[in-house]
Amino acid sequence: MKIYDGKYILIGLLVFGVLATFPIWLDHGKVIAPADPSLNTPVIDAMMQKHCILPKAQMITEHMKLLNVWRTEVVRDGKRLYVAPDGRKYEMSLETECFRCHSNKAQFCDRCHNFAGLDKATDPYCFSCHVVPSEKKPGAGAVAVVPKEGK
Amino acid sequence: MGIKFSLAAVVGLILAAYIGVTGAGFYHFFGVTMPYLAIILFLGGVAYRVLNWGRSPVPFRIPTTAGQQKSLPWVKHAKYDNPSTKGQTFVRMALEVLLFRSLFRNTKFEAEEGHRLYYQQEKWLWLAALTFHYCFLVILLRHLRFFTLPVPSFVQGLDRLDGFFQVGLPGIYITDGLFVLAVTYLIIRRLVIPQVRYISLPQDYFPLFLLLAIATTGILTRYIYKVDLIKVKTLAMGLISFHPVVPAGIGTIFFIHFFLVCTLFAYFPFSKLMHAGGIFLSPTRNLPNDNRIRRHVNPWNYPVKVHTYAQYEDHFREKMVEAGLPVDKELEEAPSAPAE
Repeated sequence: MKIYDGKYILIGLLVFGVLATFPIWLDHGKVIAPADPSLNTPVIDAMMQKHCILPKAQMITEHMKLLNVWRTEVVRDGKRLYVAPDGRKYEMSLETECFRCHSNKAQFCDRCHNFAGLDKATDPYCFSCHVVPSEKKPGAGAVAVVPKEGK
Repeated sequence: MGIKFSLAAVVGLILAAYIGVTGAGFYHFFGVTMPYLAIILFLGGVAYRVLNWGRSPVPFRIPTTAGQQKSLPWVKHAKYDNPSTKGQTFVRMALEVLLFRSLFRNTKFEAEEGHRLYYQQEKWLWLAALTFHYCFLVILLRHLRFFTLPVPSFVQGLDRLDGFFQVGLPGIYITDGLFVLAVTYLIIRRLVIPQVRYISLPQDYFPLFLLLAIATTGILTRYIYKVDLIKVKTLAMGLISFHPVVPAGIGTIFFIHFFLVCTLFAYFPFSKLMHAGGIFLSPTRNLPNDNRIRRHVNPWNYPVKVHTYAQYEDHFREKMVEAGLPVDKELEEAPSAPAE
């Protein structure tokens, strides 16, 4: 079988083949660690009946939507009370409510966010304003400690 | 008929994935078998088609000459519309592949009220086509975040740029909207312009409906019927590391999206979508117009014994001079070096 201009065609095909399978070469031989977010914090361990604001499966897929709604309600409407479908009441606050239990951002939030390939510095952009309470260090910077009434 | 058939085919594919996953529970088939099958068909099919094209000899230059060819020095040469060197042809190809230059020249021919016929520029097709292709590229590259760990910074950068407006969470992507708009335009164009509709076949509608269905299911997966992204990425990483696992509990909408994408990849080499490879092998685009500059020898010519005019004249010069016929070289100068 004669291929005319075979030099160009074969080089082109080779480049295409490598580009099309690029992730295989990039990830070749790497051990992919599962995301494995940790739920072991003192507050959660102490809970008799472990529950989050919504059922677990829903929290996994919907937490970003929920937080976005909370932000809108708090910042724009000044509402701070959230009533979950099961009747429990929560304060709409990432720092005081979410982090009360999930005080381990590095082992909880970051694990999945990194695994999903979000850019740590900018995405999710929650933490360009918020800080993790447990990571507040005295004297680390005045910016970090903003009075809550200021919102 | 073409529309109904294509629409039915796409709906059939969606139903097949829906019933296959929720009813029959063929998770392994839709999560592992299909993607492997699709990628083998895709890569193998593309290679087959391209090599098959490569078997056709192109003995003579046949570029479309969309401008003045290289001529006398005072005649302005349209370098990229009628290239005469490889370099100019490369620029022409780049303009064609990256900017769809020939589509930009699209005109339409219409009869005005009365009997006047006129040509008019028609850029909408070019705009929609360019938007569609570039959005598709960005979407494809964005999806690399499911197939790489750690994710390359250019993918994250692209993601950030695409989600620039930060509307909602997860953020709306600009390309998602533009992609749907562009594909919708391409479908409507086919349906509304009578001439285009007349020449449209099922294989013209099917890819459009398929792409629209892929975009729609993708958007639904991201914003409405959300699925567990970590499980999806586990599935994707398993596939490319050849240790496939299908984590339990991924939403059906993901499998529909995934199945449609697999169908697109498997269908690609055997359809008009192969224009992606075909554009590079188009003799009317990728050849320099140097028919009169270089000698092109037909590759399957058998050796022909030739007798050039110079040889002919050498042979018969004396007789020609005797008969009073004009000769290039006179008798006395003939034995010396060839004349200018």
